[in-house]
Amino acid sequence: MKNLDFDWKPLALVPLLALLVLPLIGSPSTWVTLTVAGLAMGMIIFIIASGLTLVFGLMDVLNFGHGVFIALGAFVATTTMGVMSDWTGSPELWRNLVAVFPAMLVAMLVAGAVGLAFECFIVRPVYGQHLKQILITMGGMIIGEELIKVIWGPAQIPLPLPDGMRGSLYFGDAAVEKYRLMAVVVGLAVFGVLAWVLSRTKIGLLIRAGVQDREMVEALGYRIKRLFIGVFVVGSALAGLGGVMWGLYQQTVTPQMGAQVNVLIFIVIIIGGLGSTGGALIGALLVGLMANYTGFLAPKVALFSNIGLMVAILLWRPQGVYPVANR
Amino acid sequence: MSDKLLELKGVHTHIAAYHILHGVDLSVPRGQLTMLLGRNGAGKTTTLRTIMGLWHASRGTVHFNGQDITAAETPHIASQGIAYVPENMGIFSDLTVKENMVLAARAASRADQIDSTRLQWIFSLFPAVEKFWNHPAGKLSGGQKQMLAVARAIVEPRQLLIVDEPSKGLAPAIINNMIDAFAQLKTTGTTILLVEQNISFAKRLGDHVAVMDDGRVVHAGSMQALADDEELQRSLLGLAI
Repeated sequence: MKNLDFDWKPLALVPLLALLVLPLIGSPSTWVTLTVAGLAMGMIIFIIASGLTLVFGLMDVLNFGHGVFIALGAFVATTTMGVMSDWTGSPELWRNLVAVFPAMLVAMLVAGAVGLAFECFIVRPVYGQHLKQILITMGGMIIGEELIKVIWGPAQIPLPLPDGMRGSLYFGDAAVEKYRLMAVVVGLAVFGVLAWVLSRTKIGLLIRAGVQDREMVEALGYRIKRLFIGVFVVGSALAGLGGVMWGLYQQTVTPQMGAQVNVLIFIVIIIGGLGSTGGALIGALLVGLMANYTGFLAPKVALFSNIGLMVAILLWRPQGVYPVANR
Repeated sequence: MSDKLLELKGVHTHIAAYHILHGVDLSVPRGQLTMLLGRNGAGKTTTLRTIMGLWHASRGTVHFNGQDITAAETPHIASQGIAYVPENMGIFSDLTVKENMVLAARAASRADQIDSTRLQWIFSLFPAVEKFWNHPAGKLSGGQKQMLAVARAIVEPRQLLIVDEPSKGLAPAIINNMIDAFAQLKTTGTTILLVEQNISFAKRLGDHVAVMDDGRVVHAGSMQALADDEELQRSLLGLAI
């Protein structure tokens, strides 16, 4: 018996996919640009999906309203960054960062607070009832979207990148947008913190154990419902952060953006294995890369490519790439 | 202080539309090992789950240490000093053996915060726990998982240890190891409630016995008295020990 039996095959899918499309794309510089764009998109989706997969894993809660926190985070960022327009309009990167990080923080706080109310009033009454969870959380998202329209108006709002984050860096002939590199860095940082918490702290241990067998965690004397509320709030806050990053990625925000991203994040958590954070990362990177590669190679099938990817993965591993034990 | 650590009176439990327990009366004396015997489907596991609050009694009362825990939530019941090993062992397969132990030690955040003297004692009872300390628990054999499940339950002192069929599916050598471990646990004064179908296991360990049939306790007394009365064994269990 080996000490660490790490299943590397799903992890190898990411470089494998990237290498497989290289001959199809032809130009290495274009390939680098698309790959970084795909990784950046994947990292943003991971930030959003990581909380959702734990929410499902811990309490079997299907939260179809997760998208509302994405839109909320993005809209809060339009207001916060609007207030700091002197800083976002500066060509100096450090001044831009001083504006963007508070915007992210405020978006996370607001999304987390709304997440707490969402869990209390919408999710808690329907624990253990999947059909009702789907209906009521979708209803919650619709209400949330309408409230966003009441506060910020129904029209799309621009969320321009601060001046210092615009433009590209050049690696040979390959152009890589600065913001996409930043998204990769933020995504890696979030993954690093999550991985540290999950593997090195007692709270993380409880979350991982609860995802496998919540009844046993309770029999050991821990109140898993409190843990779940905490995870739900953190998941909502991360969705808010992802919303800011997605809004900056698209440079525009609409009240419906959450519902649009919802489809992608459910594909990601299904590919990853429900409840698996590592799986969500692999799933998000695959989805991000696939969307960018197919968008370049065959735009007409780009919309369906991620569904195809999910079907292929499930044919290989019906429980997702990193299925959680006991589920 | 009552000599009864745990007492169930007239406990009825329903699971959905099914009426499983039909008025269970059970007393577990303090500091002794009580065996809960009975055929498959007699209600033994349901009784344990009702004690732990995993299923709630629809009628009757459960008292632990004089406190009414009938309607209490599982974490509250566990924190009163009850350790529970379910029939499926409840091992967290994706966690290492060490992480399983840390999780069960409520006062510890890391392995080095677990009482080292107690941990060495547990290692002496179950050497496999030490041997596979950093291995994923899901990779252990059935017997090793059972050892981990019991080791996890005793990682901190508890007043009552409840174990559901610890010998189920285990090889004879592992069963003997388990019997030795429970015998040592008895010497520490821990009160133990064991569900068993392995009669020789029960005979070697039990101080008291309760026999269940059709959701009720139909016999309660000393294990020795049951072991000495073949007629009673046949009438209660359908076989002689």
